[in-house]
Amino acid sequence: MTPNNQLIEVRNLTRVFKSSGNRHSQNTAVDDASFSLRQDQSITLTIAGESGSGKSTLCMMMLGFLKPTSGNVLYKGNDIYEIKGVNFSNYRREVQAVFQDPFQAFNPFYKIDHVFTVPMHRFNIARNKLDARRLIEEALEKVLLDPSNILGKYPHQLSGGQLQRIMLARAFLLKPKILVADEAVSMIDASLRAIILDLMVDLKTEYGVSQLYITHDLSTALQISEKILILYRGSIVERGSTKDVIQNPQHPYTKLLISSIPLPDPDKKWKNEAGVDFKESSDISDKSGCKFYNRCPFAMDVCISSHPPTYQVGIDQGAACFLYDDNEIISDISI
Amino acid sequence: MNQISLLSVDGVRISYYLPNRTIRAVNGVSFEIMSNEVFGLVGESGSGKSTLSMGILRLISPPGKVDTGTIYYKDQNILLLGDEEFRQLRWKDLAYIPQGSMGALNPVMKVRDQFYDVEWDHNGSKSRKEIDERIMDLLTKVHLAANILDKYPHELSGGMKQRVCIALSMYLEPKIIIADEPTSALDVITQRAVIATLLEARQRLKASMILIGHDMAIQAQVADRIAIMYNGYIVEIGKTKDIFNDPLHLYSQHLISSVPSIQHKQNIHEIALAGLKRSTSLRQTDIPKLTEVKPGHFAAI
Repeated sequence: MTPNNQLIEVRNLTRVFKSSGNRHSQNTAVDDASFSLRQDQSITLTIAGESGSGKSTLCMMMLGFLKPTSGNVLYKGNDIYEIKGVNFSNYRREVQAVFQDPFQAFNPFYKIDHVFTVPMHRFNIARNKLDARRLIEEALEKVLLDPSNILGKYPHQLSGGQLQRIMLARAFLLKPKILVADEAVSMIDASLRAIILDLMVDLKTEYGVSQLYITHDLSTALQISEKILILYRGSIVERGSTKDVIQNPQHPYTKLLISSIPLPDPDKKWKNEAGVDFKESSDISDKSGCKFYNRCPFAMDVCISSHPPTYQVGIDQGAACFLYDDNEIISDISI
Repeated sequence: MNQISLLSVDGVRISYYLPNRTIRAVNGVSFEIMSNEVFGLVGESGSGKSTLSMGILRLISPPGKVDTGTIYYKDQNILLLGDEEFRQLRWKDLAYIPQGSMGALNPVMKVRDQFYDVEWDHNGSKSRKEIDERIMDLLTKVHLAANILDKYPHELSGGMKQRVCIALSMYLEPKIIIADEPTSALDVITQRAVIATLLEARQRLKASMILIGHDMAIQAQVADRIAIMYNGYIVEIGKTKDIFNDPLHLYSQHLISSVPSIQHKQNIHEIALAGLKRSTSLRQTDIPKLTEVKPGHFAAI
């Protein structure tokens, strides 16, 4: 048990990409992000953002695939970019991922069985071949797939939905502490998404697997997550209980985001007063001020010069916006 | 308001002839596009909706083939027109905004030159000055600044590229705009801006639009009538309100229930199970012909 009860902790994480040709041009993809997941809770935390928000870069850093420019990713108190040996092996086993494009996640030259046998061997999960086979079949049945239709086949012989479920079966089998799902249902047909989302919820409620759900789709986030972070150009602009943030957004960007979501109801059309935003975010990276400044209908002078801290705007809700500077600043950002 | 029939699709069948099998992508589809309407063509992957739009634009190439059927536009079966005759129609009367803005623009031409390309390819008569004025007018209508004219497509964001495509499609003032998944790669905020732009464009031109997609929520927001495709067949057609109020075909019900709510928490487990049941049922039943179950509301049941 780690001293501070954090399972995974992201501390002041920053990642800057420098442009190779132009010395002066750089992009801060993730800017001073801090949040954490506790050991004693199984929850799903959504990291929500549009393209360019930095969510994928954040995901890569948390999975140990991309070194941060500054800041840390701590797993059970240890910096994942420093640990070696058993500690690192544990981290790899206990933090699993499902990615957006199932056809890219599978090596096309190997049969499906490969994605199970390799980690089982690496982490010594089965006693023998028979035991391994049994565990794999159980895992496939858990995700409502018939092993006889799946094992022995190649990825190209199966659908995207089946492949994603196989990835989840792998997660059920390895019993991680955390599942990182990076746009796990974005490439799946809408009518098949509920099945996969339901399996992810099962992983959490039955097996206690906490999840980081990275997505641009706030509707699915509302359905499966308890907490949410809204990312805008690398910064967390709003955070807290998913229900509160989505049903009562406080940050102007979150409000714009939610009002842009089309409702499947011809009697509830997009309201005109929410305004349609034709401006795109500026290319200039504003080091000092609020990144949403040039698109914000409430922009004030202070917003150009200073980067807003996160203010408490609800029992379990914080917004990084000077509109709320009368409120308390949130110091402890652990979820 | 009196609407006339602009495009009449009747019994169109399109197949792909592969070496070891034949795929019936579009299985005898019939519908009409009326004047001044937004017509939604909805379906998921494999439904045949994109193949159908390619068929209307005569962009099906081998191994694909339009097997049978007629498509009447202005009293002519466009499937039987000569290549050159149809090429004049394509873009002037029938404009196309393809899926994924990336593919539509010429990557080695500045935006300005892409407009000139359209003019000279189809008219060739206007002066530079006239063309420039027309371009500026269109850019304003799609809420783009003049400075994008000297940019290459790769310098623009997805939303901007899509709006350039919309402006290009409007250039010759078409009667029908076919927009194939115009917002699929775009984020929610940009999506709203692009859809708003598309609708404004259509209204100004008093054109009709065929909006192809898989997102029932977008269709609810913008379509007047919707046709739902499944496995190459149309399984339901009707006014948007009628379909949402009373979806008759199992697949329509399936699509509508698949849109997760942004307003309240649902029981995902129940939705998943119900969805699985419907999918299984759909795979096992045949698809009968469309019948008019209620006035103007057809279903294959």
